[in-house]
Amino acid sequence: MINEQKKKRLRRSMMFLNGQKPSLIKDPYIYKADSLMFDLEDAVAATAKDTARFSLYHALTTIDYRGSEKVCRINGLDTDLWKEDIRCVVAADIEVIRIPKCENAEMVRQVEAEVLKAEKEFGKEEGQTLLMAALESAKGVLNAYEVCTASPRMIGIALSGGDYTKDLQTTITGTGVELMGARQHMIIAARAAGVQCFDTIWSNLDDMEGFRKDVETIKKMGFDGKSCINPRQIDIVHDIYTPTQKDIIFAEKVIKEIDDKKAKGIGVFTVDGKMIDIAFYDGAKRTIMLAKASGVYKGDL
Amino acid sequence: MKNAVGREIPQEILKKTGKEVFRGTHYYDGKPVQKVGPKTNVVINNNGSKLVDTIHDVLVKCKIKNGMTLSFHHHFRNGDKVLNMVMAEVHKMGIKNLTICASSLGAQNDPIIPMIEDGTITNIESSGVRGGIGQAISEGKLKGLAIMRSHGGRVRAIETGESHVDIAFIGAPTADEYGNLNANGGKADCGVLSYSAVDAMYADKVVAITDTLVPFPNLPAQITQTYVDYVVVVDEIGDPAKIATGAAKPTTDQRKLLMAKYCTDFVINTPYFKDGFSYQTGVGGASIASTIYLAEIMRERNIHMGFGVGGIAKPMCDLLDEGLCRVLVDTQDFDQPSIENIRTNPNHYYITAGEYANPFNKGAYVNKLDFVILASLEVDVNFNCNVVVGSDGVITGAQGGHPDTAAGAKCTIVITPIMQGRIPSICTEVTTVTTPGEDVDVVVTDYGIAINPKRKDLMEAVKGKGLPIKTIEELRDIAYAITGEPEKVQFGRRVVGVIEARDGSIIDVVREIKPFEFKAEKKPAKRTAKKK
Repeated sequence: MINEQKKKRLRRSMMFLNGQKPSLIKDPYIYKADSLMFDLEDAVAATAKDTARFSLYHALTTIDYRGSEKVCRINGLDTDLWKEDIRCVVAADIEVIRIPKCENAEMVRQVEAEVLKAEKEFGKEEGQTLLMAALESAKGVLNAYEVCTASPRMIGIALSGGDYTKDLQTTITGTGVELMGARQHMIIAARAAGVQCFDTIWSNLDDMEGFRKDVETIKKMGFDGKSCINPRQIDIVHDIYTPTQKDIIFAEKVIKEIDDKKAKGIGVFTVDGKMIDIAFYDGAKRTIMLAKASGVYKGDL
Repeated sequence: MKNAVGREIPQEILKKTGKEVFRGTHYYDGKPVQKVGPKTNVVINNNGSKLVDTIHDVLVKCKIKNGMTLSFHHHFRNGDKVLNMVMAEVHKMGIKNLTICASSLGAQNDPIIPMIEDGTITNIESSGVRGGIGQAISEGKLKGLAIMRSHGGRVRAIETGESHVDIAFIGAPTADEYGNLNANGGKADCGVLSYSAVDAMYADKVVAITDTLVPFPNLPAQITQTYVDYVVVVDEIGDPAKIATGAAKPTTDQRKLLMAKYCTDFVINTPYFKDGFSYQTGVGGASIASTIYLAEIMRERNIHMGFGVGGIAKPMCDLLDEGLCRVLVDTQDFDQPSIENIRTNPNHYYITAGEYANPFNKGAYVNKLDFVILASLEVDVNFNCNVVVGSDGVITGAQGGHPDTAAGAKCTIVITPIMQGRIPSICTEVTTVTTPGEDVDVVVTDYGIAINPKRKDLMEAVKGKGLPIKTIEELRDIAYAITGEPEKVQFGRRVVGVIEARDGSIIDVVREIKPFEFKAEKKPAKRTAKKK
């Protein structure tokens, strides 16, 4: 059974952690990222793939990650490593598997088949392992919609800006101009498919102001969250995704009014001078959810 | 006999030292205490100079003999050359059974270890011992006892005559031929001579050792000519590169930054955080980061620090220069910028260690502290801290001003991660009690903040402020769930060191280490961490 509630959970921040480094994977939850992404792919040296799997398995089965979602980036489908990666992390009850360099629906289905096999092998509940895909090429970005809809396990797609810009024959400029098209296309595809959309990392740790602006931009575009490479980025992301008190009060009114008016058979009405109907309901619910996650909501919804 | 922190102090040690068991931080408050009068070899003649050619000559003039107590300061920190230089000469003369009374000892003093082994040095009084000397004491090589005292406690011991210094050696960055000493300037600039003030005033003989002789009178003088018997000029009293580092780069260690953030968030939610508040902090990464965070809030809310105490490092000087802090009172400088700052900023003042922290005077600066931010090797569920003995049982740290400031400050905050390496630092019982839990109000860790249950007011003040408040037991349980409950260090029988409380009573003892013996029947500590 696929847990729809879990698929839609809050994922403002997804922190990348090198699966090869015990010091990183032992207690990253103290920084309170919504999701933790343990990497078995590029961060792990070719000679350390086995040890990384081994220590990740034991970390996942021993450590209580205290509410942070556990995601694992497996090795690419063009390697002989990814199937064993899947066995390892499914056996350890990983919550989400991230498919690197995904270009089409077929690749998602290949991973899905292996995941199902592993779930059966280790006696796990079928469907407990969710999937997400990293789009890292022009082709992948163009096929975003088919990737999003390739499996009911799919929670969303993430842009991998480094590889993608290489494919475009440009570089990361810090202005975001090179990512504009991909970002816009991906968010449209994800929303059309009813899944989430995550933005690429910001690699310049000395430019925190640039990072803040970048996150502000992607939030405005509709992205669900940002990939982080250092804990110091997490608070900034959460801060930007935290609704203002004004937003919260308005969302509260919208929800209460819609519930109230629905009972009375009224479809359209105004709140604080703005026209409101049922279309605003989910947005308002999301605002309250974000407010709760950020610890700023004191109301009773 | 059990003391106020539940430690059993052996009768033989009470008898041998004539000390009492610790009865609580405020036991002596308001009671009269008799100080001793120092002995002075008067100088009425007008021969002019107190210069003596060599250390050997000065030792002869001071009539050094077996069993004496020699004192030193540690303002030159890792760059100190004075103690080793003097002791090498003493050793050559074959003097035995000496007591070293130093404000602190560290790895820079490792060359004296053979003198411990051959009986030149048989007793040590210090605020703690780092490096090989600590190892030697823990291995039982010192024939007598090591007495570990806080900075304030050392002043008390000397002033009351409990510790009588026969000859004080004061490394002085600048001196004139008549014994006016200063710490600003010279080749081995250390900023202040605070720890030496009491030695100068109470020792029978006072010897200044300098590498920078300046014309008389060397003013302003932190230690004046009226206290100094002799002045010796040598090539080098310290290694400037090791006396003070450059300004420490603010840490990028996210765990430390997280703890710093928790600490600052706590501080600003207490009633003490208001215009004119006072503050002291150390030089650890988390301490410095919390000072920087705090400065941001101070600017935002237009709150100014009345005074800062220290142990000074650059971030505090920056506050002073910016006008966010009104006054700094300084007993030690940790980096080059603070040494520079005390010379250039008139609101940065020198104070003596006695003014700073002595519990037996009419009120030390620590009593006026609102906040002190400290670290600790271990903190237990009774909030007792251990800053001297490592979790392996070896003497490895120093009390310094820890017990003094903890006792004085209205809000004492200890920052420590719940684990250091694989060892839990929040534990059921510290290896050795060096600061009593009654003086520790708050413990800030990477997993949350614990408030001492006796501070109901602080609990109330931070309620509903979104801080990750936990009980100290919860923090310990988290640590133990990850590391397992560690087995206790196994000590030998012999007591090698005494941990003095500020007032001179015994808060704990340190025993000789012995090799760990595995108990065959006991299974290894089981991992209890559970997956949700």
